[in-house]
Amino acid sequence: MNSLFRMSAIMVKEFRQLSRDRITFGMVVMIPLIQLLLFGYAINTDVRNIPVAVVDQSHSAVGRLITESVKATQVVVVTEAYSTAAEAEQAITNGTVRAALVLPSDLAQRIVQRRTVGQWLVDGSDTMISSALLQLQTMPLKELVNYQPPGETTFDVALYFNPSRRSAVNIVPGLLGVILTMTMILFTSAAIVRERERGNLELLITTPVRSLELMIAKIIPYIFVGLIQVGIILGLGHFIFAVPINGDLSQLLFGTLLFISASLTLGLVISTIAQTQLQAMQMTVFILLPSILLSGFIFPYEAMPVAAQWISEILPATHFMRLIRGIVLRGADLLDLWRDAIWLVGFTILGLLVASMRFKKSLD
Amino acid sequence: MSDNAIVARQLTRRFGRFTAVDGLDLVVPAGSIYGFLGPNGCGKSTTIRMLTGLLSPTTGTVEVLGLAIPKQAEQLRLRIGYMTQKFSLYEDLTVRENLQFIGQIFGMSTKSLKLRISEQLSTYGLDRLVSQRAGSMSGGQKQRLGLAAATMHRPSLLFLDEPTSAVDPENRRDFWEQLFDLSDQGTTILVTSHYMDEAERCHGLAIMESGVVRADGSPEDLMQNMGVTVVEVQAANLRQLKTELLKRKEIRSAAQLGIRLRVLVDQHVAEPITWLREQFPYLVKAEMTVARPSLEDVFVTCTGEGRQ
Repeated sequence: MNSLFRMSAIMVKEFRQLSRDRITFGMVVMIPLIQLLLFGYAINTDVRNIPVAVVDQSHSAVGRLITESVKATQVVVVTEAYSTAAEAEQAITNGTVRAALVLPSDLAQRIVQRRTVGQWLVDGSDTMISSALLQLQTMPLKELVNYQPPGETTFDVALYFNPSRRSAVNIVPGLLGVILTMTMILFTSAAIVRERERGNLELLITTPVRSLELMIAKIIPYIFVGLIQVGIILGLGHFIFAVPINGDLSQLLFGTLLFISASLTLGLVISTIAQTQLQAMQMTVFILLPSILLSGFIFPYEAMPVAAQWISEILPATHFMRLIRGIVLRGADLLDLWRDAIWLVGFTILGLLVASMRFKKSLD
Repeated sequence: MSDNAIVARQLTRRFGRFTAVDGLDLVVPAGSIYGFLGPNGCGKSTTIRMLTGLLSPTTGTVEVLGLAIPKQAEQLRLRIGYMTQKFSLYEDLTVRENLQFIGQIFGMSTKSLKLRISEQLSTYGLDRLVSQRAGSMSGGQKQRLGLAAATMHRPSLLFLDEPTSAVDPENRRDFWEQLFDLSDQGTTILVTSHYMDEAERCHGLAIMESGVVRADGSPEDLMQNMGVTVVEVQAANLRQLKTELLKRKEIRSAAQLGIRLRVLVDQHVAEPITWLREQFPYLVKAEMTVARPSLEDVFVTCTGEGRQ
C-alpha cells in the first residue's frame, strides 16, 4: 500500500511537470494529430501523374493518338515536348521529367510491320516510379484499329541509371538526407540549448561575442560531422550495396554542404525557441517525420496530393533528395538542378537571419 | 572620466506587475569593493544585470565606467568581468581550456594568453589542477577558476554575483584576500552577498530589500547610525521573554544567541538597561550588557518591515 502511495506521488508530480512544459505538452498532442492527418492523406503508393516528355518524331496523327491514349491512363502527365531524344535524356538527368516517350519517324511502318510503336526512356532510380511506367509497356493501344502488337508489349523500355531495379540504389542516397536531417538539426539545436541549460550562455553574453559570430561558430564544427556521415553512408553504399556514384565528387560535396548548412540553421532556429534539450529533440522529430515520409525518400513526390506536395516543397530534405539522387544516380550537376540548389541557399540565409534576430544578447 | 565607476539614478525594473528594483540610486567609487547585501529575491541580481547591460531598465539611467548603459553595453563588455551565481564555465573542458577560451573570446594574442594563463594559474592556486576538467572540481576550486576566468582580460570593473554561496569558510577567506589584491591593483568590485561577515569587509555597502535600498554607507557608518542600542540579556526562559519583549514598540528586534538574547532597543530610550529592568520586573536579576553593534543588527533593523 505504501508503495502505491509513493508511486502515485511521483505520477502526480510527473503530470504536473508535464502540463507546465508547454512545448512538450503541445508536442504530445501535435505530433500524432498533425503527422497522422498529413501522412494519412499523403501516403499513397498508387503512383499517378508522373511528369514525362514526349518526343514525337513521326509528326503524325497516329503519334498524337498514341500520346493521347498514354495520357488517358493518368499514370503520366505530359509536361514537355522535345524534338530529339538527346534533349529528353537531358531533361531526365535534370529531373524535369521522370521519363520520355520517343515515337520514331517510321511510326506508320512499324505499325504495319507489327513492331513496337515507340520507346520509353525511363529514370529507373526510383523503383516505384519505374514500376508504374513499366505497366505502360503492355498497354493495349486499342485506338489503333489495325495494329497487332508483336506480343504482350507495345513499347520498348530503356531503364536508365538502375536497370536491375534495385531499391538500394535509390534508398542509399535518400538515406543521406534522412540521417543528415536528424543529426544536423538535433546537434545544433541541442548545442545552444545545452549552453543555456548549464548557465554557460549567461557568461557568454557578457563577453564581446556577437550573436551572429556565436551562431556561425557554433554550426561550423557540425559541418565536418555531417561530412563524416556522408562519407560513411556513401562509402558503404558504394562498396557494399553497389550504389553507382555517377556524378562528380565536387558536385556531391557542394550539394551536401548546401543541405548541411540548411539543416544546421534550422537547428539554430529551433534552439532559439526550445528551452530544454528535450524540447529541442521533440521539435527535431516533428521535422524529421515529414522529412522521411514527405520528402520523396520512401514515397515518390508524384504520388502525393497537391497539399502534401506544398509541405514537401518547404522541407530542405525534399530538395536535397532531388539534388543528391540527381548527382549520385543520374550524374547531374548543381547547374542542372539549380532550382533545388538555390532553394537550399535561400533557406540557409533566411534561417541564419531569423536565428540571430531571435537570439538576443540580453535577458529581457 | 569621473572617480565613480558606477552611477545609477532612479533605476527601476518591472517584470509584468512585479517591481524587482524600485528607484535605486547607486554611486560606486572607482577602486572600491562595494557590497550589495540583501535576502534572496531582493533585486540584487536584477540590479547587476542592469548594470552590465544584460537587462534594460524600465526607467532610470545607468553610467558604468563613463559609458551609458544599455546603449554602450558592447563597449563595456571588454572592460568588465562578470562571475555569475551559478558556475558558468564549461564543465567538460579542463581548467586551461576554459581559461584559453575566455582569453580568446576577449581577443588576447596567443603569446600574451599563454603568459596570462600561467599568471592566473599561480595567482589562484590552480597550477596543479590545470589538466583537470572543471566538472570534477570542488566548489572552492570552481570558484577560484571562475574568478580567474572573470579577471583574465584585466577588467577594471568586476561584478560578482553571490560568489561564495557554495564555498566553505576557509576558501571564502582566501577568496576575499584575492579580492583585496585586485582592489589594491585598482579594480572596482561590486559583490552581492547575504553573508554578514563578507559585507563587513566591503568599503561601501548597500542593504537592499524588496527592490529598495534601505540603507547605504560604509559598514562603520551604518553600524553607528542605525539608531538602536544593543543589549545582551542572559536569563532563563528566553523564548518566552523574546515574545514578551517584541510586543513593545521600543524593542526593534530580539534574537537568541545560545544562552543570550540580543535585544535591539530604540535609541530614544536613553538608559536601555535601566529601562528594561523597569519595564520587565522579571529581568531585575538578569545579567545585561551593552554590546558593540554588528552588521547583522543593521540588517535586521533596516529590513524588518518588508518581510513577508
